[in-house]
Amino acid sequence: MSRNIQELKTTANTIRKDILEMIYNIQSGHLGGSFSEVEILTALYFDEMDYDPVNPGKPDRDRFVLSKGHTAPALYATLANAGFFPKEKLMSSFRRIDSMMQGHPDMKKTPGVEMTSGSLGIGLSTANGMALGLKRQNIDSRVYCMIGDGELNEGQIWEAAATASHYHLDNIAAFIDVNGLQNDAETKKVKDMLDIAAKWRAFGWNVIEINGHNFEEIFEALDTARAYKDGPTAIVAHTIKGKGVSFMENVVAFHGKTPTAMEYENGMNELNSK
Amino acid sequence: MKKSFRSTLIDAILSGAEEYPNMVVLNADSARALKLTDFSAKYPDRMYNVGISETDLVSTAAGLSTTGLIPVVVGFSMFVSEKPFEQIRQAIAYPNLNVKIVATHSGLCVGQDGATHQALEDIALLRTLPNFKVFAAADVTETKAAMKAMLAYDGPAYLRLGRDLAEDIFEDEKPFRPGGADLLRNGSDVTIAACGLMVEQALMAAVALKSEGINASVINAYSIKPLPEELLLQKAKETGAFVTAEDHMKTGGLGGAICEYLSETCPVPVIRIGVDDHFGESGTQDDLYKKYRLTADDIAAAAKKAIRMKGLV
Repeated sequence: MSRNIQELKTTANTIRKDILEMIYNIQSGHLGGSFSEVEILTALYFDEMDYDPVNPGKPDRDRFVLSKGHTAPALYATLANAGFFPKEKLMSSFRRIDSMMQGHPDMKKTPGVEMTSGSLGIGLSTANGMALGLKRQNIDSRVYCMIGDGELNEGQIWEAAATASHYHLDNIAAFIDVNGLQNDAETKKVKDMLDIAAKWRAFGWNVIEINGHNFEEIFEALDTARAYKDGPTAIVAHTIKGKGVSFMENVVAFHGKTPTAMEYENGMNELNSK
Repeated sequence: MKKSFRSTLIDAILSGAEEYPNMVVLNADSARALKLTDFSAKYPDRMYNVGISETDLVSTAAGLSTTGLIPVVVGFSMFVSEKPFEQIRQAIAYPNLNVKIVATHSGLCVGQDGATHQALEDIALLRTLPNFKVFAAADVTETKAAMKAMLAYDGPAYLRLGRDLAEDIFEDEKPFRPGGADLLRNGSDVTIAACGLMVEQALMAAVALKSEGINASVINAYSIKPLPEELLLQKAKETGAFVTAEDHMKTGGLGGAICEYLSETCPVPVIRIGVDDHFGESGTQDDLYKKYRLTADDIAAAAKKAIRMKGLV
C-alpha cells in the first residue's frame, strides 16, 4: 500500500486544530491526551481501518475502542474529518446540552463511536468482546483499542490482557499511549508501572515499541500486528502529551486545563505554521 | 417437590441456546458449580470462561453484544452484580446493550458460605440503572420462563435466583413478561407481594392467616423493574394494606420499590419483610431465615400489623 505520509501529516494537523478549537470553544475538555494520540488515530482512520462512514454499522467493519475516553475530542475530530458527520457539529455539539457529542464517547449518540467509554480500565475488555464476537462469526475484521499509560493503573486492564492472550485474539491490537503524564503528575510519580512493554510481553502479547508520532513507525507496527497470528499485539507508543503546541507539551496541567484566549491564539498560530 | 436452582439452571440455558443460535454464555470460573460444563460440552464454541475476573467478564459481554450475539453472563450474584457494578453501569446499562445477567446464590439462602457471599443488595443496585430490567424467579419452572422472556427482547436484564432448593410453585409452564406478576391467591384483607424464595413463605403465611379468618392476596412479584404497577395499585385499593417479602435488604429491594410506587399513587401501610440493615452470617438457610425473620410466621405477623395500621396513613 502506498501511503502519502505528507498528506497524513496535514490531516493530523487539521485534527489538532479542530481539537484545540473545540476545547477552547466550550472551555472544557482534555487537550493533552488528545494531542498525544492524533498520529495514531490519523493512521488508523485515514489508512489502516476498513469502515464506511455512510454505513457505520456494516458488520465487517474494523472497530476502534477509545478506552481513554476523556480524549474524546481527538476521536470526534477524527470521525468528523473521516466523514461520519459534518465538521460544524464539532463546535455546535461537543459537551453541550441535547447534543450528539457527549463529554465522553457515547456509542448511541455519535456515529462512528463503537463503544461508550470514559470510566478508565474498561475499554480493552469490551474490545476483546468485539474481537471474540467477530471471530465466532468468522468475520475477518480487526479491533483496535487505545489505552492510556495512566490507565494501566486500572486492574481490569490486566484482567483483559490475560483474556486476550488466553483466547489468542490475533484480531486485536492495543495501542498504549505512553505520554508519561497523568492527571496529578508524571506516571512514574503517581504509580510507577515500571517496564510497560515487559508487562504486556509477560501477559502473552506480541509487543512493539514505537514513537507514536512517527507515521512510518506506526504503519510498520500495524503491518506487523496484522501479520502476527499467535495472539494479540500491544503497540507501546511513546508520545508527548500536548504534542503539537510547544507550550502545552509535557505540561501536566494541560491534562484537563482549557486554553485561555492568548494560549488559543498562540497555539493556533503554531499549528497553522506547520 | 423441591428442586435446586444451581443444578437446574442449565436446563433453562440449554433451551435458550437451542432457540437462539446467537446466544453465548460467559462465566468467571463457576462453570462446574453451575453445570455450565454441560453447555460447553454441547456448544464448545459458545462459552467463554474468562477466569476469576468479573469486571472483565461483564465488559467482555458488552463488547460481544455489539457484534449481534446475545451474551448471557452466569455466576454467583455477589460476583456478577455487586463486584462489577460500575462496569455494568458504564458498559451495559448506559449504552443499553443486549446483555443478560443470570445470578444464582442471591441472599441469605447462600447459607454456610456466610456474609461475604450473601448478595443482599443486588436488587437495590441493579434497579437504579436506567434501561435495566430486574427479575427474580421463585422456582425452577419460573427460571425457564424468565430465561425465555429475557432472550425475547433486546436490552439488558438481571435475573436473580437462589442457591439451592426451591419448592415448586408452578407446574409446567407459566407466563413471564417484563412488568408482569402472578396473583397466586385472592383475598381482600391484605396483600402479600413476594419474590424469589419468599414466595413459598408468603403462600404458607396466607394459609396460616386463612385459618385465623384473614384473607390475604399473594402476588408473585417476579418483575421488580418494571413493577407490575396495575396489579399493585388494584390490590392497594382493594385490600388497603401490604406486606412485601424478599431475601434481600429491606432498603432498596422489592419492598422499597413497592413503597416508592404506592406512596405516590395509593398510600397504604406497607410492612417490609427482609434483612434489616445487617450483614448475614454462616448457617443453614432455615436457621438464617429464622434468625433474620424471613419466615412464613414473620410474614403472617406483619400482615396482621399492616391490617391494624389501615386508615393510619
